[in-house]
Amino acid sequence: MTDKKAIISVNNLVKHYGEFKAVQGLSFEVYENEIFGLLGPNGAGKTTTLEIIETLRAKTSGEVLVDGLNVDRDANAIKQIIGVQLQAAGYYPNLNLVELLALFAGLYGVDVTPMEMLAKVNLQDKAKAKYKELSGGQKQRFSIATTLINSPKIVFLDEPTTGLDPQARRNLWDLISEIRNNGTTVVITTHYMDEAEQLCDRVAFVEAGKIIALDTPDQLIDNLIAAGFERKKEVKAANLEDVFINLTGKAWRE
Amino acid sequence: MCLSILPVKRGESKPLNPLKGTLTNITRRIMNNIDDKKDNSPLGAGGYNHTKATLALAKASFRSITRSPSAVIFTLAFPLIFIVVFGFIGGGGMKLDVAIAPGSDLQNPVITALEKTGVIRLTKNDTQENIEKNLEKGAYDALISVKKNPKGLPAYFTDVKYTSASLTNGNVLKSVLNDLAHQLNSVNQKPTVTEIRATTITGRLHRTIDFILPGQLGFSLLSTGVFGTAFIFFSLRQNLVIKRFFATPVRRSSIVLGEAIARIGFALLGALFIIVIGHFAFNFTLINGLVTVLNMIVLATIGIIVFMGFGFVVSGLAKSESTIPPISNIITLPQFLLSGTFFSINAFPTWLQPISRALPLTYLNDAMRKVAFEGANLWDVKQQILIMAVWGIGIYAVAVKTFKWE
Repeated sequence: MTDKKAIISVNNLVKHYGEFKAVQGLSFEVYENEIFGLLGPNGAGKTTTLEIIETLRAKTSGEVLVDGLNVDRDANAIKQIIGVQLQAAGYYPNLNLVELLALFAGLYGVDVTPMEMLAKVNLQDKAKAKYKELSGGQKQRFSIATTLINSPKIVFLDEPTTGLDPQARRNLWDLISEIRNNGTTVVITTHYMDEAEQLCDRVAFVEAGKIIALDTPDQLIDNLIAAGFERKKEVKAANLEDVFINLTGKAWRE
Repeated sequence: MCLSILPVKRGESKPLNPLKGTLTNITRRIMNNIDDKKDNSPLGAGGYNHTKATLALAKASFRSITRSPSAVIFTLAFPLIFIVVFGFIGGGGMKLDVAIAPGSDLQNPVITALEKTGVIRLTKNDTQENIEKNLEKGAYDALISVKKNPKGLPAYFTDVKYTSASLTNGNVLKSVLNDLAHQLNSVNQKPTVTEIRATTITGRLHRTIDFILPGQLGFSLLSTGVFGTAFIFFSLRQNLVIKRFFATPVRRSSIVLGEAIARIGFALLGALFIIVIGHFAFNFTLINGLVTVLNMIVLATIGIIVFMGFGFVVSGLAKSESTIPPISNIITLPQFLLSGTFFSINAFPTWLQPISRALPLTYLNDAMRKVAFEGANLWDVKQQILIMAVWGIGIYAVAVKTFKWE
C-alpha cells in the first residue's frame, strides 16, 4: 500500500460542539483514485468529518490536507477541485434540472453542457423536470451530476443510497464505480455493509468519533475469520437480496 | 462493478505524476491568491469568476421568481386589481343618490333639470318602504317628490326629505336644488340685482388613479421586498440549498447580490408594468412623460432595497416557514394601512399621524405622487429619499445582526 499517493490526509482531527465531542482525534488517508468508505452508526462523526474535509465546517484542531491544500488556508482552492453531495440537500426552487445544472456551472465558473452532464447520470429524459418530481434514485443521480460539473479530483457522497430500492442502489454502484474508473477519487459514507464490501477499495470504521478499523473490506473480513469468528447461520451461495434481484430483475424502474 | 480486492491497477491509473501534481498545486495557490483580490483573473487552475457566479445566481433566482405564484400575485395581481377597482369607481367624482317618491310626476322640468346635472343619480321606481329603509341607512341621500300645483303658480311643488344619515351629501343636494330652483324660476326674467357668471379654469385633473397608483406601487414593492426575500432566504437555508452553494467556490456576497439583482429586476419590471397599464388604461398622470417614469423607477429601486432589508431580518427571525407570514404582516400591514396607500394620511386622526409619518412607505408614496403628479424631480423629494435612506441603513444594520446562513 505504500506506493499509493494520498490525496486526502487527515491528522488527529478533533471537533467539539460545545460539550459534545463529535470527532476525537481521527487520522486517515485517502489514496488517489480509490473508493474510500467511511462506515459507522448514526452520530459516529462521519458526516462531521466529511464536512470538515469539504471545508463546510470549522474543525476544533488537527490538520486536514486535500490534494496538498490546507483546509484552513486554501478552502476556496479545495472547493474548486472537489464535488460534494450532501445528505438531504435541496436545490433552488422552481427550476428544472437543466437550469439547475446551468446555475451550478456558473457557481463553479465552468462551461458545461447541462445535457451532457445529465447524460452522464442517465437523466436526459428528465431534463425539464423539477428536482422534487424525481424518484429517490433519480434525485441521488442528479445530486451526483452536480458534483461532477467542475471535473473534480475528489467526489464526496454522503449516504447516497439510503432509502433506495435494490435496483436503484445497484444502478448507483455502477455509476460510482464508473466515476472512479474515470480517474476520480470517491469518498462515500454508508450504513450498508454489503454496499461497502462490493463498492469500496478501503473502508474505515468510525465509532464515537474515533477510527476503530481501517483496511480493505477483504482484509478486515479475513482478520475477523482469523480471530476465530464463525457465522451462526450456515452461509448459502446466495442471500435474500439476490432472490429479490433475481425475481424483480436488475433493470431499475423509476 | 468494482472488486473488493484492490492492489493491482491503482498504481498505473494515476493521472498525474507527483512532481507535476505539486507544481499544479503551487500554481493553483498563487492563482487563487490573485483571484481573491481581482475578480477576472485569466483562466488557469484558479481562474474563478465571481461576476459569472453572481449572474448565474441572478438568472436562476429571476426564473424562480417568475414561476412563483405568490411573487406574481403580490407584485402584479393585487396592485392591478386595486388599480382597476379604484380606477373604475373613482372616475366620476361625487354622486348623490336620490329616490323619487312613488307616484311623483316624472314629466316635469324639475326632474329633467336634476337629471342633467350629472351629480345626481335618480332612482325612479323604488317602493316607499324600501326608500324609507335606505334613507335611514344613508344609502339614499334624499327623497324627492314633485307635484303639479293645481292652483296655478308656482307650477310645481318640490318636496325634499333629507336624512341625518347622510348630512354632507344632503347639504350638497340642498345647494344643487337651490341653484336649480333659481335657474328654473328665472327663466325669461332679467336679473334685478346681479347675475353670477362663474367660470372654471381648466386645471390638471387629479383623478383617483393619480392617488391610488403610487400607493399600489409602494405596496407592490413592499410585499415583494419583504415576503419574497424572507421566504427565499429562509427556504434556501432550511433546504440546505445554501449549504450546497457553500461547497462551491461562490462567495456569500455573490449569493446575496445575485438574489438582490433578480428581485430588484423583477420588482422594477412589475412597477413599470403597473405604471404603463395605469397610464394607458386609466389615464394615470405622468407629467413629464418618460422622465417621470425614470424618476419613479429610481424611487422604486430605493424602496425595494429598503424593503428587502426587512425581508432579510424576517428570514433570520423566522423559526419555521409558517412564522414568516405573521412576522412579515407585522411589518407590511401597518404600512399598507397607515402609509397613505388608500387614503391620504391627512385624513387620519391627529394622534395617528405621527405613526404614519414614521413609516418608510409613507415617504415612498409621497415622493412617488410628487414626482408623478406634480412633476417634481428627485432633488425636490430629497427629504423623502433621505428618510428612506435612514430606514435603509437602520434595517440593514439589524439584518447583519439577525441574518442566518445556516
